[in-house]
Amino acid sequence: MRLRGVIAGVAWRMLKNVVTTPSILLPSLLFPLLFFVAFAGGLSQVQNVPGFDYPNGYTAFQFVFVLLQAAAFGGVFTGFAIARDFEGGFGRRLMLASPNRLGIVLGYGVAAVFRWVITAMLLTVVALAFGMQVGGGPVDLVALYTLALIINVCGFLWSAGIAMRIRTMQAAPLMQMPVFLLLFLAPVYVPLSLLGGTLHAVARFNPVTYALGTGRGLLAGDATQVGLSFGLALVLVVVFSVWALRGLRSAEAAG
Amino acid sequence: MSSPLLTQVGALAQRSVVRTARQPASAIPPLVFPVLLLLVNSGGLKASTLLPGFPTDSFLAFALAVPFIQGALFSMVNAGTDLARDIQTGFFSRLSLTPVRGSALLAGQITGIVVLGIVQAVFYISVGLVLGVRFAAGPAGIALLLVYAALVAIAFGGLGSFLALRLGSSESIQGLFPALFVFLFISSMNTPRDLIAVSWFRFLATINPVSYLIECVRSLIITGWDTRALVLGFGFATLIAIASLGAASWALGRRMERT
Repeated sequence: MRLRGVIAGVAWRMLKNVVTTPSILLPSLLFPLLFFVAFAGGLSQVQNVPGFDYPNGYTAFQFVFVLLQAAAFGGVFTGFAIARDFEGGFGRRLMLASPNRLGIVLGYGVAAVFRWVITAMLLTVVALAFGMQVGGGPVDLVALYTLALIINVCGFLWSAGIAMRIRTMQAAPLMQMPVFLLLFLAPVYVPLSLLGGTLHAVARFNPVTYALGTGRGLLAGDATQVGLSFGLALVLVVVFSVWALRGLRSAEAAG
Repeated sequence: MSSPLLTQVGALAQRSVVRTARQPASAIPPLVFPVLLLLVNSGGLKASTLLPGFPTDSFLAFALAVPFIQGALFSMVNAGTDLARDIQTGFFSRLSLTPVRGSALLAGQITGIVVLGIVQAVFYISVGLVLGVRFAAGPAGIALLLVYAALVAIAFGGLGSFLALRLGSSESIQGLFPALFVFLFISSMNTPRDLIAVSWFRFLATINPVSYLIECVRSLIITGWDTRALVLGFGFATLIAIASLGAASWALGRRMERT
């Protein structure tokens, strides 16, 4: 009960901050939409490149990337909030006041998920308005959004671990940059088979490549490597959970 | 320009440059982030060069123009944030009590941005040369590119100063960051305008001045001396510079009255 109370309190405060502060809410909503419009609109000719074989068109192809990107960054942006709270002294007061400190991490995590849900809904509506073709059935779509949700949790746990270790907004590039690199060192614009040189070699070993491939397959109703993608994503959740909890211990030890 | 005014401009420009250089979080992203995006995009979009009508077989050469404008946008936000912070912390008010002229304050701030803009341009050109991009316009084209970078820095620096003087809050300037990037994303940054298939996107890219700013740089890299692209690029950069400096001067006057 005490854990639930802390989770609810932290999540509620965080969500209220997000919704009532345009400078926090707007970037997390605008950036994914901007990426989507720029990629789906400006690069649509890429679907005419020889070898581009995605059946549902370029809008759907890019939608999956932007959905996963928004999920990952929704988590990272919540890490920014943790760092900001610690920088301003609120994080320390929160630690003193909480009967169960695990609830702090979980509370921020719940807020990260809700933030992503808002972005995902908006992005889906815009994509459908753009004429995105959906080939997958309800089960496929549930699986696609579940995969994105797991990636959101990964992004959050990674950035929470950093935020609670460094406890200042100066850590923002450290939270953001590896996620950005991991996302863009995957087949963002064209299928893996059309990537050349170093990027192809790197993308083959990037877990995001599998998530993207499966996500695009689910949207088209022809998913492959579903088990592998979900398995990799869940392994990352476990690894980053340990990372985040050790970060919490680090913040506790710092006093 | 009289000597005291020059001294004031020099001192404020030096402060602007030193402040940026001392803050890795301000100095490094405008250099590194655009190059990182360039490398990632040039790997991911290499297949675009297979499209009929694509103007070059090197996407890296095609995309090298983007960091010039992207870096300028970053600098604009950073410069605006710094000026807004000066207002928030009271430095601006204290400065207005000294004999420093308002025009010196603006000129000093923008000179600092121009220095940073030229450093960025040299960095991007060096990255391009190291990665094997050959500038079609040759050494004279590279020299012209540096002049252009300075002009674009003045244009965006003026805009950043105007926003800072009007809003007076660094958070508000940072909040405008995504809105400013709309202009970059809805442009010909990744595809030549005549190859954009979606008609509304092509229309927006055509009326967006940022497309012409990018195409001017791109012409020097992949085409050579393209008079039309150069006239449009320099023309738009000059127009933006005149408008933004005029707006910044007006906003400075208003801010001084309030201070």
